[in-house]
Parts: sequence; structure tokens; C-alpha cells
Amino acid sequence: MNNTLIRRKLGAALWWIAATVVAVSTVLPLLWTLSTSLKPAGDIVASGFGLIPKHWTFGNYTNVFHTVPMLRYALNSLLIAVIGVVTNLFFGSLAGYTLAKLHLRGKRIIFSAYVASMMIPGTVTMVPQFLILRYFPLAGGNDVLGNGGSGFLDSYWAVILPGAIGAFAVFFMKQVFESLPDDLAAAARIDGASEFGIYFKIYVPLARAALSVLGILTFQAGWNAFMWPLIVLNSPDKMTIQVGLSGLVTNYSSQTGPLMAGTIVASLPVLVIFMVAQRWMVNNMATSGGK
Amino acid sequence: MAADIEAISAAAAAAHTPHGRRTRDTRRSERRAATLFMTLPVLLFVLFVLLPVVMAAVLSFTDYDVISSMNWVGFKNYTDLIHDPFFTKALENTVLYTLMYVPLGIVVALATALLLNRRVRAAKYFRVLFYVPVISSTVATASIWYWMLNPQHGLINVILGKLGVNGPAWLYDSNWAMPAIVLMSVWAGFGTNMVIYLAGLQNIPKELIESARTEGANSWQVFRHVTLPALTKTTMLVTTLLIIGAFQVFDQAYVLTKGGPGNSTVTLVYYIYDRGFGALKMGYASAISFVLFAIILAVSLVNARLVNKAGEQ
Repeated sequence: MNNTLIRRKLGAALWWIAATVVAVSTVLPLLWTLSTSLKPAGDIVASGFGLIPKHWTFGNYTNVFHTVPMLRYALNSLLIAVIGVVTNLFFGSLAGYTLAKLHLRGKRIIFSAYVASMMIPGTVTMVPQFLILRYFPLAGGNDVLGNGGSGFLDSYWAVILPGAIGAFAVFFMKQVFESLPDDLAAAARIDGASEFGIYFKIYVPLARAALSVLGILTFQAGWNAFMWPLIVLNSPDKMTIQVGLSGLVTNYSSQTGPLMAGTIVASLPVLVIFMVAQRWMVNNMATSGGK
Repeated sequence: MAADIEAISAAAAAAHTPHGRRTRDTRRSERRAATLFMTLPVLLFVLFVLLPVVMAAVLSFTDYDVISSMNWVGFKNYTDLIHDPFFTKALENTVLYTLMYVPLGIVVALATALLLNRRVRAAKYFRVLFYVPVISSTVATASIWYWMLNPQHGLINVILGKLGVNGPAWLYDSNWAMPAIVLMSVWAGFGTNMVIYLAGLQNIPKELIESARTEGANSWQVFRHVTLPALTKTTMLVTTLLIIGAFQVFDQAYVLTKGGPGNSTVTLVYYIYDRGFGALKMGYASAISFVLFAIILAVSLVNARLVNKAGEQ
């Protein structure tokens, strides 16, 4: 009996050690980044391991905000991400609701097209999407035939439009609405409710939890997006935070302090949202397929 | 809220004596609303998904380069690919990345999921900590690792130095740049697959494992002959997700090394980006992207076959 007790204690101790080692390896790099961003240049190289700065400074932050329009980048990303959340939640759920609950000719084909499109790598549609935005008629100085100007390129629209109603949002919301009963709509129809009212006042409130998950995932994707904004945005006043940070890595490679300060700014909003939503979100992400 | 639903359901049941005319009218207004609701989503889908796929296919048979006039060149782009040393290099690099990233990603995700599959309160908190890297963007992660991989002062070589190992120059060494990017990507991404594995583990019936235990199987035997076979479907999902992601790796290579040193980290998507938006050879870039699509499709299908076969045994 004593023997099994010892074995169990030993097993528990080993588990704690293993779990702590993994947790340190996932969290330490972020803490080290934060600590580096708060150290003066001289201490960064000298202190090696030191996680707690000997001399605290916000100099790296003021430096990075003054030499690069970091605040502008952050606001651009915030705007693009928030608009993406609004359009995906509204139109994504409206389309998902229609495909799940309403009678519409050809809705099976539409749904299959959405599902199939999720399997096509984004790289395939990249070049044509760029050309469509570039030659969009009557946009950004273009004439009716799409010539003369630069279309939607280098405007927020270039990032917002292609991702406004993601296939994943439609697919996800269709599954959600399908799990809700049909007769709620039938009853409301008899009471003379409008179709939009049935969707907005009866079904949307019932899908609140799913909509929050979709909202957080969409915000995260919008804020973290890199390749597409890199391709379609040029001018510094339109650039997003991730593209700006990538420029810092290239141009500030030897100035670790400001670079780490920029990194903290670029990760902070999503980390804060994650910390607030925490366990609830990890659970829901498992069922919805994650990143 | 629950009371509302019950009341409405009851009303629906009570009112379930439809008059033909009335239902037909509501049906018609329902169809009209459905058409209205779907118009914008379908329009955007056609404009930014369907049309681009068709355009990409057409472009891949042309020499479109934005500036000069467009000509139909047949399969020339595809045959040119075979003789393009940079394409071959990019393909090699991407396959190398995939061969390192996918197995390592599975092992780390499964190991951490097994670690967390315990009925202890602390497991929930550890799960949140393990998941943290997934939240940050790939650019932020790359930036963090750029500093961690610094040959002289980076955390990794400092730790290796304390252990008496002389760490490599990582991103500045053509042999170590790709392994460094793999390491970083596994760190950044394993949390997603860990959570999927954890869900799979929690679906395994407890009796199955207990009966194996009572028959005298040790922990390894239980894992090898009960847990692992029960996870076949999960493994297939995780492997497919990892392969699709691996073949499209771009952000890390762009931010950290710009394809260098000595082209050792030029990946397929990096090369497509470089051809399409750097050299403006958009026809050629489209051809590469279709080759990439075909590779992803083929590997996913083969993988599905293999895992299914393994599951049947």
C-alpha cells in the first residue's frame, strides 16, 4: 500500500514538472519580450537572463511611436478588424440563417460552393483578387471599364471587401441555426412578423454564444492578417500593424528594445481579449476548428 | 429566454392548422426574403471567390505581366516550371519544411494533449498557458523568435551556452535557418491541434482503457493499442490541417529571412508572391499556385487513404 502511494505521489510530481516545463516554454518568450521592451538599450545585451529589468523605462515605446507611425498602424488594423467583425457577423449569420431555415431555390448548390471554397488555398485566388480590386469599375479614379485609376488598391476597401463575408462564417452560422427549432419561425409568421424580424429578433438572440465565438475569431484573424494587407496596401497612413511590425523587424533588426516594444503593441489587443474570454474560448475553438 | 421559446413553440403547435392560401402567401414572401438576404453574400462570393478561381486558371495559360499585352501561351508556364531552378529550390524547401513540421507538430500536440488529459483542476489552467502562442500573430511570433534566435544574446543560445553547447547562428546559417523556422512554427501552432487532440481523447470510452488495464497492459501498451487507434480520425484531421498549413508557409519566411540565407528558406508561396507581385509575372505565378493546389489536394487524399487503412487494422 505504501508502495502505490509513493508511486502515485511520484507520478503527480512528474506531471507537475512536465506541465511546468511546457508552460514555461510557451509563456517565457512573451514575458522575455515584455521585459526586453522595458529595458534601456545598455541593459538588454548585458543582463542576459534577467527577466525583471534593473532600470525600468518606457523609452522603447516612445521611441517606436515617434519614429514609426505605430499608432496610425494600430488604428488602421483596429478599424479593418472591427468592420470585418461587423460584416461577417451580420451577413454571415444572415446567409447562414437563410441556408438553414428559409426556402430558396438552389440553396444546396450555394452551400456546397461555400464548403468547397474553403478547401482552395488562398494563394490561388490572390493574383485575380488583386486584379479585380485594381480594375474595379468607377472605383479609385477608374472609368466604367476599370482603367485610369488604381481601383480599390491602397484603400481599406481592398482588405475589407474580399473578407467581408467569409465562407467559414456562413458555414459556421448555418450549422448553428440548423440546430435551433423551426417552429419558432412558423409561430412568428402566423403572428405576422416580417422575415427579417424573425431572423433578427428571434434567431439571432438564440445564437449569441456562437456569434461571440465567431466575432472573436474574426477579430483575431483581422488584427493578425499579414500577407493580404502587405500586398494591397502601400502608403504608411493605410498600413496595418502587422505589416508595420514586419517593417520594424527588417529596419530595426539591431534595435532590440524598440522592436520588442512594437511586438508587444502588435500582440496586446488579441492577448487581452484572450485573457478575458480564456477557458470559454479555448473550449469553443476546439469545436469550431481553430486558427 | 427559455420561457419565451416554450411559449412560442406552444403557439406554433396550437396554430398548426394551415389554410392553403395563407401558407402559399407566406411561402412566397419567405422566398422573396431569402433571395434578398442571399443577394449580397452570393454577389461577393462570385466576385471574390468564384471569378478569381476561374481567372487564375485562365491566367496560368497566359503570359500576363500587367505591362505588355496578354498572350495565350498554352502549357508554357507549366513546362517552364520544370526547368526553373528557383521553383525546384522553393519546392524542395517547402517539402523539407513539411517533412519536419508535420511529424513534429503531431508529436508535440499529442504529447501535450496527453499531459493535459487529467482530471486535475490545474490541467485547465495549464491548457490556457499552453494555448497562448496560438493567439499572437505570426509576425509578432516571428519578431519574438528573431530576438530569441539571436546568435549572441538570444535566449536559446544563452541557455545552450549554459549547458555547454555552442549554439548555431540559426537564421544566418543556411543549414539552420529552416529548422529554426520549423521550431518557431511548431511553438506557434501546436496549441490548436492540442485542443483538437484533447477533444478526441475525451471521447474515448473510459471502460475501454480500464479493461485493458485490468488485463495487465502497461501504460505504453494501453497508449499503443487502445488510445492511438481510437484517435485515428483525430490524427487524420490534424495531419491534414498541418499539411495544408505547411505547404502555404509564408509569413515566417518573409519576416525572418526574406528567403535567405542562400535561398534556403524560399518557400512555394514566397516564390508565388515574389513572381506575382515582385516581378509582376502574374500568369506564371498563377501556374505555380495551381501546382501548389494540386500538391495539397493529392497529399491530403493520400493521407486520408493511409490513415483510413491504418484505422481498419
